Amino acid sequence: MTKKILYRGAEAEIQLAKHMGHQVVQKRRIKKTYRIKNIDDKLVSYRTREEAKLMTEARLHGVSIPIIYDVDLENGVITMEYLKGKRIKDILNKISEKERKRICNKIGDSIARFHNSNIIHGDITTSNMILMDDKIHFIDFGLGEKNSEIEAKGVDLHVLMEAIESTHSKYSNCFKYILDGYRKEYKGNSDYVINKIDEIVKRGRYR
Amino acid sequence: MISLGVEGTAHTISIGIVDDTRGKCKVLSNIIKIYRPEKGGIHPREAANHHANYVADLIKESIKKSGVDFKDVDIISFSRGPGLGPCLRTAATAARALSLSLEKPIMGVNHCVAHLEIGRGTLAGCKDPVLLYTSGANTQVIAFAEGKYRVFGETLDIGIGNCLDKFGRTIGLDFPCGPKIEELAKNGKQYLELPYSIKGMDIAFSGLLTAAEHYYKNGEKLEDICYSIQETTFAALTEVTERAMAHTDKYEVLLGGGVAANKRLRNMVNTMASAREACFFVPSKDLCVDNGAMIAWLGLLMYNSGLRMSIEETVIDQYFRTDMVDVSWRD
Repeated sequence: MTKKILYRGAEAEIQLAKHMGHQVVQKRRIKKTYRIKNIDDKLVSYRTREEAKLMTEARLHGVSIPIIYDVDLENGVITMEYLKGKRIKDILNKISEKERKRICNKIGDSIARFHNSNIIHGDITTSNMILMDDKIHFIDFGLGEKNSEIEAKGVDLHVLMEAIESTHSKYSNCFKYILDGYRKEYKGNSDYVINKIDEIVKRGRYR
Repeated sequence: MISLGVEGTAHTISIGIVDDTRGKCKVLSNIIKIYRPEKGGIHPREAANHHANYVADLIKESIKKSGVDFKDVDIISFSRGPGLGPCLRTAATAARALSLSLEKPIMGVNHCVAHLEIGRGTLAGCKDPVLLYTSGANTQVIAFAEGKYRVFGETLDIGIGNCLDKFGRTIGLDFPCGPKIEELAKNGKQYLELPYSIKGMDIAFSGLLTAAEHYYKNGEKLEDICYSIQETTFAALTEVTERAMAHTDKYEVLLGGGVAANKRLRNMVNTMASAREACFFVPSKDLCVDNGAMIAWLGLLMYNSGLRMSIEETVIDQYFRTDMVDVSWRD
């Protein structure tokens, strides 16, 4: 079977494939020869398992996530639904201010949903969000974890803040809109989480 | 154009003199003197005293070695930050005195950006790299994006060099401990599991340091611990660098900072680069560590792009971040 590589990331390849007659996407973690096998095997199988678990759970809590069809821990492959949408990274700088605000509110809303169930994404960037059917689909939970601490949620949002600053620097109010959406949906006191972001920024070097 | 650079952000005082030939950096001299504490870590005041004692002699020595005369120098550059206050002030004072007495313009530069620019300036083919900058205090993944050098990933707690030094002190090694840990690691055989802490493109070492110290207290073999520390931290550093390369869509990687001297780290980043069909660059050792030549070179680039600085503007900044610099000398 020929497989078409849709995207080659730092950690994995995203391939288009057929699974039981359906067009699917396979996320295949690449073995890294720079690190010793001991570390690599553990990371590959651990991250594959955690990712599949977190995706399934986030979906149960109302976040748009591709459906998982199969998980192969040994080879580090997750077979999932193919989303025919657009990456937020590619569209965010090109849309109107009003639309940008609407999309960002939605992003914040979704993040709050998985944070409500203590799911930490671990790598929230606009490359990891796909817009399809007017819903923000989250992908790549590869660095995620379950964690109820404010700290973990704060770090999660801080990663996104840095990504917005570096990739969408002309539209840095995006992050504010995202937080607006987050505040509305987050159960519990969102101020604790949002204040944590400032604390993390100050903790960084040379702040 | 000839630029004289004064570096003094931390343990090193260095004077470098560079010239530009067809846009590339020609290092005429680069004299480096490192403060080594008798025991324990670096004391900022002691280091600054060390710098003050040696800086005048180093300037003379560097001029002599470069083959140019004081009157041939066109511009004085110095590291404005980030770094230790007393050390920065000593280097800045020397630069100001030189600028005033020679009646030459002065330019304060960002130390982290200088590490990247010296790679671009001296290495053929190194045009738009992602820099993995690993030193005692600094651990950053830096790349050019939208008009600035931006930090895509960095340590959330301590620098990698600091992590190695702290562990080294626990086991009774002298500063700098990195090279000794590298030697010990060569004889390590068994991998002891250590926390592998990556958050997005950021990284953390303090948990790993504590775990490594526990292994030491529990009597595990020192060689195995050193091996495990290197394998874990360097793999994590290589991973965040690769992430930044994928994120920014760049196909060059550059090493900088003292820890870049480590062969295992070089080997890992090189292997990663080959797998991505990217180019791997590492400057010569004296241009990897803290040095005056890179400061001189960045000052020259900034001056040539039209930037000017008055003596009043040469106030040092301990917290001078990489992304605070407007990069006027690049398209």
